[in-house]
Order: sequence, then C-alpha cells, then structure tokens
Amino acid sequence: MAHSTSGRFRTPMSRARGLGASHHGVGHFITDRVSSVALIPLTLWGLFAGLRLASLGFDGASEWVAIPHNTVLLCLLLVVALIHLKGAVQVVIEDYFPNFMTKTVLVLANLFVCVLGGALGVVSILKVAFTGVF
Amino acid sequence: MTDTSGGLPERPLSPHLQVWRWHITMTCSILHRACIMALYVGVLLLAGWALALASGPEAYATYTGLLGSFLGKLVLFGLTVAVLFNIAYAVRQTVWDAGKGFTPKVADMSGACAIAFAVVGAIVVWVIAAQTGAL
Repeated sequence: MAHSTSGRFRTPMSRARGLGASHHGVGHFITDRVSSVALIPLTLWGLFAGLRLASLGFDGASEWVAIPHNTVLLCLLLVVALIHLKGAVQVVIEDYFPNFMTKTVLVLANLFVCVLGGALGVVSILKVAFTGVF
Repeated sequence: MTDTSGGLPERPLSPHLQVWRWHITMTCSILHRACIMALYVGVLLLAGWALALASGPEAYATYTGLLGSFLGKLVLFGLTVAVLFNIAYAVRQTVWDAGKGFTPKVADMSGACAIAFAVVGAIVVWVIAAQTGAL
C-alpha cells in the first residue's frame, strides 16, 4: 500500500474506499454455478463419447468428429470445461499463494493455458470436421 | 494480499487441516479440489487428443498409444472417477444453492453418495468399455 505524505491528511473513510470488494464476486459465482450445471449433461455425454471413440481408429474417430452434433458437443464440452476449470483453479491459486507476484503470475499462466488449450482444441476439432479424412 | 489489519495487532489464523478431525464432508471438499486439479490435466489431454487427430494418422496413433498404455489407462480411470465425482458434487452443490441439504445427517449422506457414485460409476463405465472392445 502506498504511504505518501498526503496520507496523513486523508480521512479513514477515504483510505478505506476502493479497498473493499470489487463487486465482481457475484459474476464469478454465477459463472461457476451455471457452467457446473451445464457440465453435468456435457461430461456424461463426454464419457459416452470416450467409450465410443476408444473403439474407433483414426478414420472412425475423424468421421465421428465430423458428425455435426458431435462437433458441436465436443467444442462445447471443451470450452465450458475450460471456463469452469479456469475459475476453479484460480480460486485454488488465490487460496494457497499469498505472495502478490507469485499469485499474479500463476493466475495469468492459468488464464493463458486455458485460452491456448481451448483455441488449439476447438480449431483442431473444426479442422477435422470441415476438411474430413484425407 | 490486501492488508486488512488496519494497524491492529495480528489476529490468530483459522485452524487448518491438522487440527480438524476427519469427517466425510471435509473429505468430499478436499477430494473435490483434488478432482478439479486432475480434471485440469484431463481437459488439456482432451485438447491434445483433438490436436493429435487434426495432425494426422501417425500423430493420432502415437497419442492413443500413450493413452492406451498401462499408465495411460490408470490416468484415464482416475479421470473417470474425477468426472463422476464432480457430476455428483455439482448436483449436491445445486441443492445447497437452493438452501437445502445442510443438516449434518443429510450433508454426510450426500457426501457418501457422491463418493460411492464416482467409484461404482467408474467401474461400470470401464466394464462397459471392456465389453464394447474399447480397452
């Protein structure tokens, strides 16, 4: 916290202002809860999809991914799971790393990993879906 | 972290893991957090799978070969448990959001059900996998 000389002339109220909740908490909570509810059917479908895909080879898997509802559900599963996990892992980081620098670096790394993973996954799924098996 | 002491003497921290008697609601909470970390790896494995599929047959064969190895199967079984536990936990938390299920008896029971669902469900999924030739 900055302790400038002007701090001596500030009232306790003005010092306290801006240090409280950022009022984004409700948004985080709703994102967490809504994504968690959406993931109930999506992950159940994901288990079914995993069972299906495990018995298919490269050609079979490519054809399976190219079926429109599979393409969409696979992308949704990946994106919604990453949104949910990004928030969840951020909470874990904020709980265990009180040091400001470490915490900031880890929170940013978490965000970058999630966005990169999501982008790579979605583009790959769409590539297979649109260009098909060669 | 923001300094909230406001110049007051240091206050005691809240008691941590080692001073609590283990009980099922606490086990579920810790297990949920562990599952979150496992699923973080799991969802990146899913992205990697998509990338391997988009990269062609050789890359896909290598990737599924890794997933199909003994260690890969162990990881996938663990992820199956984690997915099912999180599904049960999401239902449990949604009930909590409605303001219900907080009495110690019900909270203990729903916790035990979540763990049982995850373990039994994972075994069922893998038995189905074995029977459909997915293993």
